[in-house]
Amino acid sequence: MIKLDSKIPKGPLAGKWSNYKSSLRLVSPANKKKLDIIIVGTGLSGASSASALGELGYNVKVFCFQDSPRRAHSVAAQGGINAAKNYKNDGDSVYRLFHDMIKGGDFRAREANVYRAAEVSNYVIDHFTALGVPFARDYGGMLDTRSFGGVQVSRTFYAKGQTGQQCLLGTYSSLSRQIAKGTVTMYERRDMLDLVIIDGKARGIITRNLLTGEIERHSAHAVVLATGGYGTVFYLSTLALGSNASAAWAAHRKGALFANPSFIQIHPTSIPVLNDYQSKLTLMSESLRNDGRVWVPKEKDEKRHPNQIPEAERDYYLERRYPAFGNLVPRDVASRAAKERCDAGYGVGDTGLSVYLDFKDAIEKQGKKAIEDKYGNLFEMYLKITGINPYEEPMRIYPAGHYTMGGLWVDYNLMTTIPGLYSVGESNFSDHGANRLGASSLMQCSGDGYFILPYTISDYLSDEIRTPRINTDHEEFDKAEKAAKEKIDRLMAINGKQTVTSFHKRLGKILWDHCGMVRSEEGLKKGIEMIDQLEEEFWKEVKVPATAGEYNQELEKAIRVADFFEVGRLMCQDALDRNESCGAHFREEFQTEQGEAKRNDAEFAHVSAYEYQGNRQREILHKEPLVFENVELKERSYK
Amino acid sequence: MEFKLKIWRQKNASAKGKFEDYTLKDVSPEMSFLQMLDYLNQQIIESDGEPVHFEHDCREGICGSCGLYINGRPHGPLTHTTTCELHMREFKDNTTIVIEPWRSKAFPVIKDLVVDRSAFEKVIRAGGFVNANTGSTQDANNIPINKKISDRAFDAAVCIGCGACVAACKNSSAMLFVSAKVSQFAMLPQGKVEAKERVENMVTKMDEVGFGFCSNTYACEYDCPKGISVEFIAKMNREFFSSKVCKSKK
Repeated sequence: MIKLDSKIPKGPLAGKWSNYKSSLRLVSPANKKKLDIIIVGTGLSGASSASALGELGYNVKVFCFQDSPRRAHSVAAQGGINAAKNYKNDGDSVYRLFHDMIKGGDFRAREANVYRAAEVSNYVIDHFTALGVPFARDYGGMLDTRSFGGVQVSRTFYAKGQTGQQCLLGTYSSLSRQIAKGTVTMYERRDMLDLVIIDGKARGIITRNLLTGEIERHSAHAVVLATGGYGTVFYLSTLALGSNASAAWAAHRKGALFANPSFIQIHPTSIPVLNDYQSKLTLMSESLRNDGRVWVPKEKDEKRHPNQIPEAERDYYLERRYPAFGNLVPRDVASRAAKERCDAGYGVGDTGLSVYLDFKDAIEKQGKKAIEDKYGNLFEMYLKITGINPYEEPMRIYPAGHYTMGGLWVDYNLMTTIPGLYSVGESNFSDHGANRLGASSLMQCSGDGYFILPYTISDYLSDEIRTPRINTDHEEFDKAEKAAKEKIDRLMAINGKQTVTSFHKRLGKILWDHCGMVRSEEGLKKGIEMIDQLEEEFWKEVKVPATAGEYNQELEKAIRVADFFEVGRLMCQDALDRNESCGAHFREEFQTEQGEAKRNDAEFAHVSAYEYQGNRQREILHKEPLVFENVELKERSYK
Repeated sequence: MEFKLKIWRQKNASAKGKFEDYTLKDVSPEMSFLQMLDYLNQQIIESDGEPVHFEHDCREGICGSCGLYINGRPHGPLTHTTTCELHMREFKDNTTIVIEPWRSKAFPVIKDLVVDRSAFEKVIRAGGFVNANTGSTQDANNIPINKKISDRAFDAAVCIGCGACVAACKNSSAMLFVSAKVSQFAMLPQGKVEAKERVENMVTKMDEVGFGFCSNTYACEYDCPKGISVEFIAKMNREFFSSKVCKSKK
């Protein structure tokens, strides 16, 4: 029986990490090079972990499915990265950042983890600057910041609308440096198919070489998953098309608990679905809500061009409903408000499924140049995709699947329930509760990799200095490799009539309709039934062309989609089990009179962590109670 | 819309490739170029063929995975646009579209439209970084940087590593790619300390992995989806020669 132990250190909140850090055991430089660490994923969390551990002298092996570590989807983060520097003298502090995140996450995150994330945020900015990341500056040469949703201070560092790119490339440069030094070995174009556990400890992975189809074995003293979120389960999302859940899910199947799977952020400002062939949705950064005003017409079925609709006939519904935060309410609130207006018949565009994001006032007040400086590349991107110039007429936006707060359960050390298996960045569940605040994703990923994992994993590895290199001839490697090959053979043998993508699209639609922005008991139960049926059909009808022993992009997709059925089902299960609304999880049955999320702290102030029991078997729910010693649990209000 | 597509098909790195013709009907002008290829691939799979392999990931112009040579131009007819951002409304109905992989000795074809760009990795590993260890630095605002210089460094840093500059150059030169990284760090105080070693190492590696000399045609800037300026090439040349001069003085 698994017992969840979060291993949160005792003592006052502000001193927990620094005291704990000093008590952690170390590994001597001579021993470090004898210890192998596998890291899967080269986004901000994976690449930062790899470079920091490489700098320490460990022997690191890093894997990514792209042709280069520089392409991981952290690269697409736009708006910024938070830190509690208080450079603006506007009352910011580590505590304030912590408090904003706890509240923003609707009181469903661990206090100690969130406080630590806020605490290390300042080092992250210092380090990126040292690496030559060109953050925006003001005329005195100091770093500039801007505001983001859900906060009343200006703490978001940025590099135009390409902050993720600049941070990732900075991290990629430090990773490249370690590769050149030989401390890190890079394995590109690999998919992780399985995790290998020997005597209860994570000791290696099975990968597929995407170019040759070869199944490979890699061993290590510890394994770190930095594999991102599972938002592509919706098919249409703001994620990269290659983003997937398979590595994390392989760990889940082998015993790593999966926490809060239903906590998925639907981002309010994406370019809406334009046609049936659409393969992805493009985000328009939240930072745009600093200057853009969201509105819909006051009349239903308004046919006039937005520029022809006079001021008095516009409903700036966020400013109306939430005067204190206005257009800068958190993402879950903004998304639901957009859905509410569209469902009520006030949506705009051909489908009625979009709202306006208008820069007219900002351009009049600040001038076109100032707006271009701040958001130039985003405006260009919008123009390219839609053919509409947002300097001249409002953008049309609609919510889209974006970020998964849920993920592998980890303790304070970022270790999963499998000893020696760690999870960092978006792939773990730890810091964002039921809703993530903007610009805190880059912050958490880099903090985990650069400033937290190197300390905690060394403590674990200090017990491993007598363990020789792990032999890949071990029978557990045989078993895992065999299972991986069998799964591939099974997929190749179906030879049905329907493409992998057609199944993925249908699965995405089921989840969007039944486990999206608004959920209900009835809808979720129906969703699970539909997933069951679709999964059966998939294993009878899917067609994977060519062979497994070559570069085969359809096979890659098939392996990922096969796992998404299970992921989707667990999302629905968790959403059903959680009989309350909180953050991004909104159950129709549980709302206040004003239509806001209604939490049930007495019964649900806990992390839901699921234990795999075999496909289609009800997973066992374990609860980690959340204890709030430093903040008062109250209704989250942005009014 | 309807198109005739001429697509480069090549089974693997050692196979001999050739153009194959496809006719694609019912293309929507709202489709992106890659959605058009998805649409083609669905039809190929359904009729028991092997889909066209091409690289893509973010589909919003920032990861640098996608890169197709379309009608004789890297990333197609629009300036400052990656293949994934290109839409079918930019093409004339009932025309032929020729789709090829990047052509460069340093980027061998892996399959169909996919090429091996690992030569870029080798150049970056030769010096495309600042030697700063985690946790070793001071408060970020202790390094004030003039806004103009910082903005200029940013202009160089937006490179997505797609390889269009190499594909555009008749000498397959990687000068634009390398100079963007060299310039970004040479302009910033954090990177200045080791600027000389960096430019020497990166340029040497660039020559070693098979990229050609600069053709001085500016085709790289013209076809760069991020609009990176050839001024950075001039900057790199200056950095390179001054490092040589300093060395000879010693």
